[in-house]
Amino acid sequence: MTCDEAEILLHALIDGELDASHAREVEAHVAQCPRCTASLAAYRQMSQAIATADLRYSAPQGLRLRLEAALPKPAVTAAAPSRRAVLRGFALGSGLSAIAATGLIAIVLRNDDQDRINSEIVSAHLRSLQAGHLTDVLSTDQHTVKPWFNGRLDVAPPVIDLTAQGFTLIGGRLDYVDARPIGAVVYKRRAHVINLFVAQTANMAHRAPRTETIQGYNIRSWSERGLNFWAISDIGADELAEFTDKFEAAARTNTEG
Amino acid sequence: MPVPSLDNDPDKARRFREMTLPHLDDVYTLARYLLRDASDAEDAVQECYLRALKHFHTYRGPAIKPWLFAILRNVCRAEYARRAAAPSSAIEDTVETAEQTPLWNEAQETPEAQILRERDASAIRRLIDTLADPFRETFVLREINNLSYREIADAVGAPVGTVMSRLARARAMLRSAWMAEQEPSK
Repeated sequence: MTCDEAEILLHALIDGELDASHAREVEAHVAQCPRCTASLAAYRQMSQAIATADLRYSAPQGLRLRLEAALPKPAVTAAAPSRRAVLRGFALGSGLSAIAATGLIAIVLRNDDQDRINSEIVSAHLRSLQAGHLTDVLSTDQHTVKPWFNGRLDVAPPVIDLTAQGFTLIGGRLDYVDARPIGAVVYKRRAHVINLFVAQTANMAHRAPRTETIQGYNIRSWSERGLNFWAISDIGADELAEFTDKFEAAARTNTEG
Repeated sequence: MPVPSLDNDPDKARRFREMTLPHLDDVYTLARYLLRDASDAEDAVQECYLRALKHFHTYRGPAIKPWLFAILRNVCRAEYARRAAAPSSAIEDTVETAEQTPLWNEAQETPEAQILRERDASAIRRLIDTLADPFRETFVLREINNLSYREIADAVGAPVGTVMSRLARARAMLRSAWMAEQEPSK
């Protein structure tokens, strides 16, 4: 591979768009080319800085209201059953009065927005993997990590030590997803980091876990006991499922006991 | 605003809302970067949603975001044309001139303290705003709207290869601007 080719392809490498064999080719070239090594490092650094900075804009409220008024009204009866419970925590967590004021739109705006939340979960996970970003409170003791969240969040994320089950608790962190603070409980499985994000939800409905894969990361999300959970890691989907099962089993024992 | 085709189809109206309104921030973000003006962006987004509604029956999935972005892009093009026609406004850089002229003509004054520190959002936005249209658009779709290469290609109506070269070029320009800011000029 020439530098000219690598110059284009190393971006695809950074963006996770290359298949395994091309990724290996680019990496092989970079390994023996100081110039491309420097480029790759610089672009990685830039991408990380860009991912960390909040570069998105929020649509002004006036625009939302104008659009709401301009679009034809949906059938009220049809809307209710189709809504997903996933994001209710985000939609309703900030207070029911706001919902009442803006009516259906607040729910419609946030609902079925799973893609964006998932991609923010991935971004938060990636950010956490940068040096010094993983934990705000570093402790393998659940009785240290759990109280740390007090006063920082409007929910108490369950912090459960799963060391005996093969997942080591290493700490907790305050993160931001969907422009709201969210609790992250951090585990390790061998050398792999698992971030467990916990947010409040307004209904107590149980939602069975499901796994999605985004940018090579597995995300397993479910709802239980009035909380939404997202577990994300680069470990395999089966191991992540094992993690969530053991976490849930332990959480149920804690609640009942 | 009258949209007669949907007035009598509340289910379609609901689907349109549920599918498109969650992406309002995304669409607005792209509009801000494409037009570099808050109130023009609002107008463009509103126009984009009304056009999207009108053409909703032509939407064939799977991802709604690139489809909305493609519509927004067309709206913004009309805005570019309007600006170009207005005597006082600056004409946008074309691809050709952007390929030739260096992005950073004059070294930017930077306080020592800022060097090597992480760029804050407004500084990064300012750097992104200096990119010429096709590069800025591709860069924002990738880095801020989180589209895949394939989705960007769909949204801008260009082959994936073009997307890749524009993205490489955009990042190279940003990188030199970035470096220019990190090295004090004196």
